[in-house]
Amino acid sequence: MEWAIANAGRILSLAGQHLVLAIVPLVLGLIISLPLAQLVRHNRAWRTGLLTLSSVLYTVPSLALFIILPVVLGTRILDPVNVVVALTVYAVALLMRSALDSLDSVDGGLSLAAQALGHTAVTRYFQVDLPLSLPVLVAGLRAVSVSNISLVSVAALVGMPNLGILFTEGLQRDFVTEIVVGLIAILVLALLMDLLLVVLGRFLSPWARFASGGVPGRGASGRRAAA
Amino acid sequence: MTEAMIEFREVSKVYGGATAVDRLSLTVPRGQITVFVGPSGCGKTTSLRMVNRMVEPSSGTIIVDGQDVSTLPAAKLRRSMGYVMQAAGLMPHRTVVDNIATVPRLNGVSRRSARARARELLDVVGLPQALASRYPAQLSGGQQQRVGVARALAADPPVLLMDEPFSAVDPVVRHELQQELLRLQRELGKTIVFVTHDIDEAVLLGERIAVFGVGGRLAQVAGPEEILRAPADDFVAGFVGRDRGFRHLGFYDDSGLAVEGAETLPKSALPNARPAEWTVVVDDGGRPAGWASPKEPGTLVSGGSLHRAGASLRTALDAALSSPSGRGVVIDDDGRFLGTVGATAVIAQADRRRAEAQRERAGSQGTARAGAETMAGGGT
Repeated sequence: MEWAIANAGRILSLAGQHLVLAIVPLVLGLIISLPLAQLVRHNRAWRTGLLTLSSVLYTVPSLALFIILPVVLGTRILDPVNVVVALTVYAVALLMRSALDSLDSVDGGLSLAAQALGHTAVTRYFQVDLPLSLPVLVAGLRAVSVSNISLVSVAALVGMPNLGILFTEGLQRDFVTEIVVGLIAILVLALLMDLLLVVLGRFLSPWARFASGGVPGRGASGRRAAA
Repeated sequence: MTEAMIEFREVSKVYGGATAVDRLSLTVPRGQITVFVGPSGCGKTTSLRMVNRMVEPSSGTIIVDGQDVSTLPAAKLRRSMGYVMQAAGLMPHRTVVDNIATVPRLNGVSRRSARARARELLDVVGLPQALASRYPAQLSGGQQQRVGVARALAADPPVLLMDEPFSAVDPVVRHELQQELLRLQRELGKTIVFVTHDIDEAVLLGERIAVFGVGGRLAQVAGPEEILRAPADDFVAGFVGRDRGFRHLGFYDDSGLAVEGAETLPKSALPNARPAEWTVVVDDGGRPAGWASPKEPGTLVSGGSLHRAGASLRTALDAALSSPSGRGVVIDDDGRFLGTVGATAVIAQADRRRAEAQRERAGSQGTARAGAETMAGGGT
């Protein structure tokens, strides 16, 4: 505890770097996977292919990726771009399924309704499909955010400054306190990110509280089935 | 004949090998409610969706207000017509007022004026302003359906397409919504195409009814009275149902039906009354409350359905048949007791009215046939 207070400045700065390395790939992953999901959604072959590819990508060990990427990208080994790219690959791999699931969760009747009202493909995506898929998407994002925060620490092995450094240092110096502090800091970070996503999700879909079961369009389809 | 607003010219829709709509030629007159009715899988909804190009025809042409719809951009075409669907199809993430404002917003109207228009429409469809900022899930099924109608009216389109809009609500609310639609239509005079599988709904709402048969074949197009009285073939007769004779009474009003006055018993005097025959018990306002039976003096026997003077022979007959005394209770517009009618009198009157109607039709048959030919000719 005393050690943590004495090094609070350094821990906070590492936490900041850790957070940036975790959040930037999350945002990039979203920007890539959402339009991709919309593009392949209605094509069974593409859809299956992309999901298989995501699973394969996710099985590539992160450490290997941190080392290979500088060669592929022509960056220096300590360039944060490597970590961002590697974690973006994982984020896309994980978010692909979430994005597809979330778009699928939108009631088909509502898509039809949007079409009947005169939405174009673009306005329908942004004004109907995307907002309605948000609750399911946020659930997927929470999983990716936790996974990202833990993966960032692996980058410490190649010397990238983040909370993972506390593990490598603690190991080298045989100093358990530092490892424990690093562990707690990462847990707190993960919890804070999770909380942020939950609050953000609530804020962006205030309607979801009223929809039955929190699933978009469930009420409407339920009534249709009853009729 | 009224000017055509929508015209189907030899329109077919084939899915794989299955024909959903088979060479449909039909005109939908301007400013009227035209009902597409038929069993499921008869192509009525497909036909409706071809009007706003949610379904593209395999062959044939659809003309709306003089323009071939296939030449118009689909999204823009759809915004030029109101669309009401089953289970309302409201966007759960938009408030009531924003749901109603959807089409004006898509048309580029500012949020402010689109919302102002949406609030006006809440009044038009009989919803309180307090609902404006609610989400659809916070509304009852009937209220959602009203919002659905308001949304369809928001851009003031000349054409409304309604796809089984009232089939997912309970019978009481459905009746309310049907009456509301008729009221709205009297004020607005839109061209409405209404799809239903319920022949009663078709007869109630439709000024013209198109009966679709299995395989997407148009079996008959006529006014509701004619559909019930003279089904074109066995299919239509079967679809219209066994009660069509009884239902047809709904087209004769009760003019000429003799209402017999009768003694009434004030409700307050009921406990001590010893009526010699069935007597109508009335409340302080003169409204019927039930019957006093000669066999069980002092008890109030609940009455049957009531016939409001001026309504159809159908309600008169139902009042007589449902009454415990066998005599139907007739009331005035304020609900006050006027007299009673017997079932035989109603049936005798129905016979007289039918004979009159037959004589009239015989006189005008030449013109009616010419009219039918013009209609068929319009499809080529």
